[in-house]
This record gives sequence, C-alpha cells and structure tokens, in this order.
Amino acid sequence: MSERLVIDPVTRIEGHLRIEAQLQDGAIAEAWSAGTMVRGIELILRGRDPRDAWAFAQRICGVCTVVHAVASVRAVENALKVTIPPNAELIRNLMIGAQYIHDHVMHFYHLHALDWVDVVSALKADPKATSTLAQSIGSHPQSSPGYFADVQKRLKGLVDTGRLGIFQNGYWGHPAYRLPPEANLMAVAHYLEALAWQRDVVALHAILGGKNPHPNFVVGGAPIAISIYPEHQGQGKGPHYRGGQGGTTLDVVGLERIQAVIASMKSFVDQVYVPDTLAIAGFYKDWFKQGEGLGNFLSYGDLPGKGIDDPSGFLFPRGAILNRDLSSLHEVDLDADDQIQEYVAHSWYDYADGKDKGRHPYRGETNIDYTGPQPPYRHLPVEQAYSWIKSPRWKGRAMEVGPLARVLTLYAKGHAQTKELVDMALKKLDLPVTALFSTMGRTAARTLETKILADAMQGWYDQFVANIKAGDVSTFNEALWEPSSWPRHAQGVGFVEAPRGGLAHWVVIDDGKVANYQAVVPSTWNAGPRDPQGQPGAYEAALKGHAVHDAKQPLEVLRTIHSFDPCIACAVHLTDDNDDAFAARVL
Amino acid sequence: MKRPAANNIGSALREAGISRRDFLGFCATLAAAYALPAASVGAIAAALEKAPRASVIWLSFQECTGCTESLTRSHAPTIEGLILEQISLDYHHTLQAAAGEAAEQARMEAMRANAGKYLLIVDGSVPLGNAGYSTIAGVSNVDMLKEVAQGAAAVIAVGTCAAYGGIPAAQPNPTGAVPVSAVINDKPIVNVPGCPPIPVVITGVLAHFLTFGGLPELDDLGRPKIFYGESIHDRCYRRPFYDQGKFAETFDDEGARRGWCLFKLGCKGPVTYNACATTKWNNGVSFPIQSGHGCLGCSQPGFWDMGPFYKALSMPTANVEKAAGIAAAAGVAAGAAMAVANRGKKAAAKAAHAPVTVEDLEKKP
Ligand code: SF4
Repeated sequence: MSERLVIDPVTRIEGHLRIEAQLQDGAIAEAWSAGTMVRGIELILRGRDPRDAWAFAQRICGVCTVVHAVASVRAVENALKVTIPPNAELIRNLMIGAQYIHDHVMHFYHLHALDWVDVVSALKADPKATSTLAQSIGSHPQSSPGYFADVQKRLKGLVDTGRLGIFQNGYWGHPAYRLPPEANLMAVAHYLEALAWQRDVVALHAILGGKNPHPNFVVGGAPIAISIYPEHQGQGKGPHYRGGQGGTTLDVVGLERIQAVIASMKSFVDQVYVPDTLAIAGFYKDWFKQGEGLGNFLSYGDLPGKGIDDPSGFLFPRGAILNRDLSSLHEVDLDADDQIQEYVAHSWYDYADGKDKGRHPYRGETNIDYTGPQPPYRHLPVEQAYSWIKSPRWKGRAMEVGPLARVLTLYAKGHAQTKELVDMALKKLDLPVTALFSTMGRTAARTLETKILADAMQGWYDQFVANIKAGDVSTFNEALWEPSSWPRHAQGVGFVEAPRGGLAHWVVIDDGKVANYQAVVPSTWNAGPRDPQGQPGAYEAALKGHAVHDAKQPLEVLRTIHSFDPCIACAVHLTDDNDDAFAARVL
Repeated sequence: MKRPAANNIGSALREAGISRRDFLGFCATLAAAYALPAASVGAIAAALEKAPRASVIWLSFQECTGCTESLTRSHAPTIEGLILEQISLDYHHTLQAAAGEAAEQARMEAMRANAGKYLLIVDGSVPLGNAGYSTIAGVSNVDMLKEVAQGAAAVIAVGTCAAYGGIPAAQPNPTGAVPVSAVINDKPIVNVPGCPPIPVVITGVLAHFLTFGGLPELDDLGRPKIFYGESIHDRCYRRPFYDQGKFAETFDDEGARRGWCLFKLGCKGPVTYNACATTKWNNGVSFPIQSGHGCLGCSQPGFWDMGPFYKALSMPTANVEKAAGIAAAAGVAAGAAMAVANRGKKAAAKAAHAPVTVEDLEKKP
C-alpha cells in the first residue's frame, strides 16, 4: 500500500520545515525536505556598510544568535585582512562555546526530548523510585523523592485542567515510547530545570555582548572594553568625574560572574545532560541502527588557539569524511571554486546559465523564482522545485554537517578526550563504533561535544584573565576601521563551526559597500533538497527506510529529523544579481 | 479521572500545590512595571488568581525565533510558570509537542473552545509579494493571520518584524513584507518591538492582559507607554559623560574603558524608545551600551535603514526634543536642566499610569 505522508509544520525546531514522504507498506520509500519561508536577507545586505553586516546576518537566526554574527565579522576581516587581538579571540571563543552549551542543552530537553519522553506517563511514576534512578545515574543534587513528588504534582495540576497547552495533542501513549514512568518523570523534571538553568547561563552573553538573544559584535575585535581603572563608577558624580571600574560590565564583578556561569554550565553538563543522554539512549538502542543517511561528513573547523588563519590551532579540526571511512580525512578549501557549490535544481531560485549548474558562493547568484503551488496546497511537486533551501555540495557530494561530523573528525584525528568519551559511551551502551552512524549516534555526539566544550571554556577563561593580569587589555584593532583604508575590491570568507554544523559567509566588497553576500549554513547542508543528479540531502537520505507505525502520529520521522536539530530560517537565503527581473515579481 | 477543569490560575496553583513564589514574582514584576506600591502585589495576585488561564495562540511568520528565545529568558514570570500555570500556550511551533496535523488540530480546537477570548501573539512579518513566500501547513501567512485574528480578543505583535516589518521589510524588501497592523485592522493590536524585545516587556504585556483583561495604554506607534515611554539616552548610565562631552572614540580606548558616552561610535540611544537602560537584559545583567556597543535602535520602525550603525547621529538629539540640542551645545548646566526636565517627565508618566491601574485593581475585589 502506498500513501503520502505530510508533516507541516515540523515543530520543536527553528523555522518553517515541511517533510513529505512516500510510505510503502508502512515504511518510507522516499522523503522530501522543504523550507517554506523566505526573507531575502542576503539581498537586503547588498549595498550596506560591511561593518554593519554582522547585525543583519545575525538576524538570519535568533537561536544560533552568536554564530552568524561571528561568521560575518570574520568574513569582513578575512576580506580586509584585519587581525584581531588575542583577547577578542578568547571573548569570541567563550561566546561561541556558551552558545553551544546553551543551545545543545535546550535542544536536548526542549526540542528533542519529547520524541523519547512520554510526559503523561510521568504521572504514573513513583517519586521514590525516580529518586533512586536519578541517584544511580548522576550526581545532581536535586534528586530527592520530595523533589520529584513536587514536579509530579505540578504536572498533574496541568493535566487535570484538561488543557495541556504546549503538550496538547502530543503522541502520548504511542508504543514507540519505551521509557519507564520513572525515567519519564526524571526527564520532565530536567526539562523544567533546564528551562531555569538556560536563562541564567546566558548571562555570559549579556556581559560580553550586552544582551541575549542577539548580542553585539564588531569587525576588528570585541565591542566590550575591559574596565581597569580603579575609580568607582556611579551617576551624579559631578562634572569632573572620569569613570572607571564598572564603566562596562567587563570588570571584576563581570569576570566573577562569567566564572560562575562556566562552573554552572560544567556541572549541569556533567551531572544532568551527559547521564540523561546515556540513560535515555540505553532504552532506544535500535535507534543506533537507523537514520544515518549520507555517510559523508564535513567540518570547517573552529575555536582557534593561534588565530583564525591557522587551522592547526583549532579545537575542532577541519576535514571531510567520505563513505564512513574514518582512516582518511580529506582537505577542505572554502575559497576553491570547485569545492563548495550550491545548486538550485529543486529550489525556488533561478540561475542565469541554467538551473542545473552549480555556483561557488563568491559567484553566488540567485533569482527568487517561486514556481510552487499557490496556497492553500496539499502537496508539493517534488519532481520540480519544492524548497526555499538550496542544495550545497562538496566536490559534487551531499554532506552531513553538525555534531556527528565534528565528533567523527575529532575521532579520526585521534583527539584524546573525544576517544575517551566515545569509548566510554559505547562501552556503557555496549555498542560498536559503527553505532555512531545513526539517529541516536547524532544525538549522543551532540552531548559528547558539549562536554568537550564545557571543559574547554575554563581554559579560555583562565587565559583571558591571565592576559588581563599581565597588562594586555586590548580587545579591538582599529587599524582598518575606516573605509578609506580599504582596497577598492576585496572578498573574503568567514567560517564558524556552529552548533548545527559548518557555517560560512562569503562577502564581496566593492568601494566600501557589500557587493555580494552569501551564507551557506548548516541546515542548508542538512535540510537541502535533491541536486540535479537526484542525490538527496541529509534529512531526505536519513529518513529512507524508516518504519512508521501510525501515519497520523509520525513519531519516528520526528526522531530522526530532530536528531539533526533543524534550523530552517538559517537555511533559507537568497542573493540576486538581477534587480530588474526581480523587481517585476515583488511589490 | 478528571476533576472539573481548574481553569483559573489560583486553583491551578492550589491543585498543583506549588509554592507561590513564581506567581508572586509575576505579580511583583507587574507592580514594578506600573510603578505601583509594593502593597498592591497582593491585590494584583488576587485579581490574577481569579483570571482563567488564558488561551494563547502564537503564530510565527517571517521571523528568526529570536523573539521566542527571548521569551524563554523571562525571569519573572518564569517560562515554566507561564506555560504550566499562567497561560495555556495552545499553539507555538518551537515549543509544542505535537507536529503536523496534530499541531494544526490543537490550533483549531483552541480557536473553537476560546472563541473571542484567546490572545493571538505574532512574531515575524507577513510577505505580500507572493503567497508562496511563507506558508505553514500549505496555508499562506496572510490567510492564517486573518483566520486566527478573527476570533482573538487582541493581538500582540511581538518583535520589530511583526510590529513594523523589521528586517524582512528593510530595503529593498524583497518579499513585500508588512507588519501585522497592515493586515489586521479590526482588532486591538499592541506592538512590542525590539530585535528581540526584552523578555520582561513581553511578559509584562501578557501580565497586563491577564490581570486587567485589556491592553495597556499605547503610544502613537502602538507600543505600551510603560515600557517605551522614555528614550535610552534619557535613562543611560553614560549620560553624565554625554553631558560633559566625554566620548569613547574607539572600542577600547581610555574612554571606552572608563565607560564614556558612545555617541561618536554611532549610538542611537537618543532616538530610541525602549526599557533597556532601566530593566536591562537577562535579569538585569547588562544592556548593549553597558557592554560597550552603541544602541542599534532596534525598537524603532525602520531602524535597519536609519543609516550605518557606526555613524554618529548628525543632529544629536533633534528627534528627542529641542531642549536636548541646547544641552549638547551649552554643556553641563543645560544638561543638568535636562535631567530635571526628564525627571519631571518620568514623574508625570508615572502619575498618568498609577491611578488608572490601582483603580482597576480596586474594581476587582
Ligand atoms: S548617546 Fe548612547 S551611550 Fe551616550 S548617553 Fe546617550 S544612550 Fe548613552
């Protein structure tokens, strides 16, 4: 029997994603991934001051609120050959690291967990047994029977109203939920705790960037100056008051608070996130056998120790893995015209020289061209264009990016801590290393890299404080700030390993203005549609073969899609080289 | 077995048996926002306890999810308290468990069961260039907005995109993006701009609705006056340096390290109305200016096209009020006079609000 499955909206993700799938005898024969919203931020970026670009690019995504801004300032710095002071690099590392830890924890508890955790079943749990379970897997202090009884009571209060709010119409009771009630209750408790934890740890972004979401960045360094003058800051100090300590949030108080956030991140990751992941994964071992997809992995590398131009100092290495072969890591060049190219054969854009050609982002050209059905529609014409996302390819191959790609790259490179963590997890779960190539492998890789970052944060912080103590308080390089100091033409690429995977922005600057701007983001790689050769994107490949128990409750599809942590506003973008043709189509 | 639905906050609280801490924090936030005496916290709590858990439908259109992320950073009320006890968040793509058909069904059920009473929150702009530019479940944003707004008690446009078009509407506005108010004209709309808005401002407006069953007093841009009544510049802690003519010239010179005014680095604080300098961000930790970067002006309509971010405003404070121009020219003495004038303005703003809200409270025994 053949049946069309449509999931739209795919919820608990960032942005607007639609999945269509052809079900054959209860299993997915083919799947199609479509981004259904476009804004045109790259077009809006053209003609702007390149120093302003980060703020525009940052609004590509409010979840990945740090990484687009960093990719943008790095692209402009790369184009103009601006180097940034070591302190600015450490500040960026701390902000990127904090973004990962915050984002991965929220993804696990608030977006992904409900695929594995039956919230309603938690009502049947015995709080005392839950406490025993919690204490057996982790050292989190909040684990008394009374604590879990309170959480259960709170949940019962909600369920008894008959109005479940965000939990309404969840697939509760679906046979694919396999956690015992006690594990469900523990997870619900941590869902709520993680909500509270996350709003406190963003203090790090607020101190260094002024706010979260959307903290501030600047081309040439970091906008935050270090307050070093001893005079006390205060209002109403009279006309000769000069300011001092507390002039900015980066003073002794701010530094102590950053240290406290780093400690809180580390303990939550060690005591709650890692044990919960392993405990939940233990009940779903069959999900280590499906959902792999492409078997090709790409990582740009990031978190520099010796400047962004020296990949040998990166915490996350650069490289490509093909066909699951961890024995060779292929070199990746973001500037090479024949390596990274974007295709639009199945996207709602057009290319001047034909829809079947690929284009490197420096030559990126996209004309918005909606050929899809006029809404309301039931199905997308998947034989033609069906998505606002393009199809990027590396040397013609579809690649997966993200935590799994990074962990595999680290593993292939022999990174000691990664090997130790992966081996520990596999041993605990009694699984072979090939189990990583799967839905649950992706989810576990996300947790393990969070642990690596939570540990690395302290090192960056200590270095930063040591620099300040040694008298280095430089955070900004003003040498090339003025556009009059720039060449007439320049182009550059800025890359970041974002929580969801390799992210890069390419900028072309002419006469001090942005002439072209292209972002190829993690979810473009993962969520993109088929290319001219018919090769599926990572989501599409990963869904193939999934058995779907009940087409009305497609829990299995959500599990694999969520394991990628989709970020669709990021993935959709456009540039346009032909304003006239364009103007005819829009208001 | 289901007991009769405890559809108001007070009984939900009692049945849940949770501490009242979260709840009173929520009330205290409201009292603080309205500059009410501490004693009124009890009265607000009493009014709120009788309020049913309002159904909230949240629609996300051309957005980046930054507004939702900001909401989750709310400290008082907490997001947990909000979604478990204070509102019934019946449709919200980022947070809800259900997907696809089940999600759409939840929206339909909530619209039916709470017709005329639910609150519609929108983030993101709406593209009019082509219905296919943004769809959910195969339905265009404009159709879904109209459909849900019809039965809503009120609409809250959260974020600068929903309020004024925001970044999708920035030049050359490739998708023909418009704000909510360009599509809906027969419902009360409150704009809560900011890119994103401050969490406490989002929840403060929600709290007002839950307590008083209506919307707060708005300025001529549809923003609640309590949060958007004063410019950043009026309340900026660096203001004494502005008045003294002491400016940071780059991001890490002596002036920057001493916390001098960021005007010359392009700060848009003088022409931006928002509460960042008073409530600050992320539980009062900081705000952009305190972390060394000028204000981008993100709560103002069209701020993306208001000139480069690092270019100093050409007429320092012309858009604020004439007196400010004099302050800039005449220096300290006039600056002091300005400060007095601003204090007067603030007192007047408070006076205008306090009696109304207290009366409101007294009307609800
Ligand atoms: S110009 Fe900006 S930094 Fe200076 S006082 Fe005004 S708001 Fe503060």
